[in-house]
Amino acid sequence: MPADHVERLRREGRIVIVGASLAGLRAAETLRAEGFAGELTLIGDEPYEPYDRPPLSKSVLLGKASPLHTELPHRWEVDAKWRLGVAAAGLDLTAGRVRLADGDEVEYDRLLIATGVRARPWPKEEEARLDGVCLLRTREDAADLYRRLRAGPRRVFVIGAGFAGSEVASACREMGIAVTVAERAGAPLVGALGGVIGAVAAGLQTENGVDLRTHVTVTSLEGDPVGRVRAVHLSDESVVEADVVVVSLGSLRNTEWLAGSGLGAGPRGIACDAGCRAFDFRGIVTDDVFVAGDVARSPHALFGYQFLSLEHWGNAVAQAETAAHNMICHGAERRPHLWMPAFWSSMFGVNIKSVGVPPMGEQLMITQGSLAERRFVGVYGHQGRMIAAVSFDNTRWLEFYQRQIERGAPFPVEFPTMDRRPEGLRPVAADFPDPSLPTHGPTVTLSGYSPADQQLVFHPARH
Amino acid sequence: MTQASLVRQITDFANRADPYPLYEELRRTPVLHEEEGGPYVISSYYDIEGLLHDPRISSDAANLAAAGEDDISQAENTGLPPSFLRLDPPEHDRLRRIANSAFGPPHRPRRVENMRGEMAGIVTELIDGLADTRQIDLVDQFAYPFPVTVICRLLGVPRDDEPRFRSWVDPLVATLDPETRKTADAEFVKAAQEARMQLGMYLAGLVEERTKEPRDDLLSDLVHSQGPDGSMTMMEVLSTAVLLLIAGHETTVNLITNGMLTLLRHPDVLQRLRTEPGLSVRIVEELLRYEPPVQIVPQRTCIADIEVRGVTIPKGSRLWLVLAAGNRDPERFKEPGRFDPDREDIQHLGFGSGIHSCFGAPLARLETQIALTELARRLENPRLAEDPPPYRQNAVLRGPRHLNITFDAWR
Ligand SMILES: Cc1cc2nc3c(=O)[nH]c(=O)nc-3n(C[C@H](O)[C@H](O)[C@H](O)COP(=O)(O)OP(=O)(O)OC[C@H]3O[C@@H](n4cnc5c(N)ncnc54)[C@H](O)[C@@H]3O)c2cc1C
Repeated sequence: MPADHVERLRREGRIVIVGASLAGLRAAETLRAEGFAGELTLIGDEPYEPYDRPPLSKSVLLGKASPLHTELPHRWEVDAKWRLGVAAAGLDLTAGRVRLADGDEVEYDRLLIATGVRARPWPKEEEARLDGVCLLRTREDAADLYRRLRAGPRRVFVIGAGFAGSEVASACREMGIAVTVAERAGAPLVGALGGVIGAVAAGLQTENGVDLRTHVTVTSLEGDPVGRVRAVHLSDESVVEADVVVVSLGSLRNTEWLAGSGLGAGPRGIACDAGCRAFDFRGIVTDDVFVAGDVARSPHALFGYQFLSLEHWGNAVAQAETAAHNMICHGAERRPHLWMPAFWSSMFGVNIKSVGVPPMGEQLMITQGSLAERRFVGVYGHQGRMIAAVSFDNTRWLEFYQRQIERGAPFPVEFPTMDRRPEGLRPVAADFPDPSLPTHGPTVTLSGYSPADQQLVFHPARH
Repeated sequence: MTQASLVRQITDFANRADPYPLYEELRRTPVLHEEEGGPYVISSYYDIEGLLHDPRISSDAANLAAAGEDDISQAENTGLPPSFLRLDPPEHDRLRRIANSAFGPPHRPRRVENMRGEMAGIVTELIDGLADTRQIDLVDQFAYPFPVTVICRLLGVPRDDEPRFRSWVDPLVATLDPETRKTADAEFVKAAQEARMQLGMYLAGLVEERTKEPRDDLLSDLVHSQGPDGSMTMMEVLSTAVLLLIAGHETTVNLITNGMLTLLRHPDVLQRLRTEPGLSVRIVEELLRYEPPVQIVPQRTCIADIEVRGVTIPKGSRLWLVLAAGNRDPERFKEPGRFDPDREDIQHLGFGSGIHSCFGAPLARLETQIALTELARRLENPRLAEDPPPYRQNAVLRGPRHLNITFDAWR
């Protein structure tokens, strides 16, 4: 019977994808590429065809790419029913039905949720409504911010020095616009890469003329009589005049529409198993609802089976492909989503890339190059093994470190490398503000000579 | 066939025309080490790729010399400093970045692309010069002169000096062949040393002119570079120029020649290219996989013990990365022995990978695309006069010495 069922599903089933962006599109393409011949519906609340976001905070702000032209290239004919410009508003798990904001309902045999995240707005609504207070998540956001930058503001104020905020600051400096960045932590990128690397990022910003304020928070935004933002008040009681304020305070998962559905969805995303199947609120895995991309939280074997939610482009692609594959095959053919977390960014002319999960690292070693030159590879260690690596202008080496992480290579790193400097011979504290120490226990590595025959190897805990 | 002879067979001229069965045999022992002091030969795609990104592998000429001192590496250590190809970071990075700022993005994103029209002109001129012929040696009459002319224009070296520098380049290229290196006598070593000196001095003359009076060429840009990485010393400019001049055409000659040979062996693809010039992009990528002009990277040394497929390669060992064997590794490619420009993901090690990946790749790609498209379009009913053609001695930079083609007419 089950075999039959899958065959029928592939032939004439109905698959609905909610969230018509990167993960949604890649899943749709994969479904077709793998032979799904049934009915495919993509539901997206944005009125556009899927487009790419990373350029929005980079080339788009510099005017090197139009915000209206970052469409994602289609790699495969998806032949789908597109329901764009209408949000999904509810889910009936028992009936297998998605309810749309316009009242319509769409039935599914399999559902993929890829609703991503949205930018966390400035919490005081009245201040957030001031003209000149911007977010950066969508194409419209980018078009608006670009227009404001082009108009030659006297000063831009960026709240939050994560990757996105730092990229905006970089774009401003490249355009010769005065910019102030405020960050609660002691340096930019601290949450993602720790204080040691954060200090390098801080140097990069100040040297490029950013007015960087750390250990401060923004207390309020002040408007002028006609409702335009004109100044930013900080916790150290200073006031900075600015006519554009970019709120870059991280993101919120788009899960509200699932409230009451019975799915294990909430502010931290939607938990799913390694095969991308969503959990219901009882912690029981569903068999027909799948999750992928920024909105998903899935356990990763290499990282202690922690439920990772990764706002990474590459993760969205890989997870969508795995989810799509698993949606239309038999249990034994399902694949786990074992993607190695990887993130890239570029700011102030420097390429930054990381693999693994840096915030899990307690310690750091600079194995190639030097922090002072801002050209290096740093390796993060966690409980005696390599857990992540980061590079500044040294991207080409990261593949090597990725393999090491997959093999559970020991930390501290003892082998010599080219361009290893004295500073990199001893580990230092990576200096994350709030180290989340996962539990002790057995470890797992990926093995196999080629990516094609990678397997999990289980190493029992040593006592 | 005993194992002990495999490394020798790689350099054995008898295998030059078709080394692929040998490579297949090599892959059966993916980490092959035949004798004390000999190289570790790596022949599988993923292993090679991994080692090209491994920071414990050095390209430094000095490390190589220490790993197995031979007369030629000694000769190479005199005179001009090593080019960035034979250096490790951070020196490598600095020199390569300076060179790149004269050549490619972000500073000169269109330098190569802007030569498209000029390249097409050179090709047309070469072909028009052969209008009355019905048989050509593709190597001497086309595949060699074309890239030489291009690299001369790009660098700013007078094309008419080609016969002079060719007499210096040839012995230098010969030193890249492991077989030649092994059997090198004092006279050969001296000649190689002399050639490098002479070529350096010749280029020094041109560089001096550019110092006084810059022009729109690469030599001028190298002399006057002033980015965040500072500038090159005079000696660094010279060794970079020697590298670009030699690498800038020796490999492309083989890529074009191997390309035409392969197309003549696959007339259906040649026929398609005639009407579908856009196909040249995929053809060139597949060629770089199927018949890469650089077959082996023999100049790497381990600076630590390294484990590959359970074998520990001890620190100080020399490595031979057999790119051409990796390119036909069935673990990586479906039907690796088939020339198929339509294959889904054309990947290859043809330009290497990692920090030393081919600097001139965009140039070589464009030249070969243009050359093959034009040959396909203009040769009427071309066929090979002999198959296989005679090959050059060199096992590292492998390619036909001559490629005689007969045809009915030029279109
Ligand atoms: C400015 C910017 C720069 C970035 N730069 C990088 C980078 O350099 N490197 C990197 O790795 N990653 C980067 N990212 C992250 C990357 O873009 C995301 O990881 C990726 O877009 C995730 O894809 P997704 O499909 O999961 O989610 P999204 O792209 O967020 O797509 C979700 C879609 O679902 C829609 N949606 C939400 N709720 C509903 C609903 N109820 N009904 C219908 N539709 C709904 C949303 O409007 C959206 O269109 C960047 C992101 C931004 C915003």
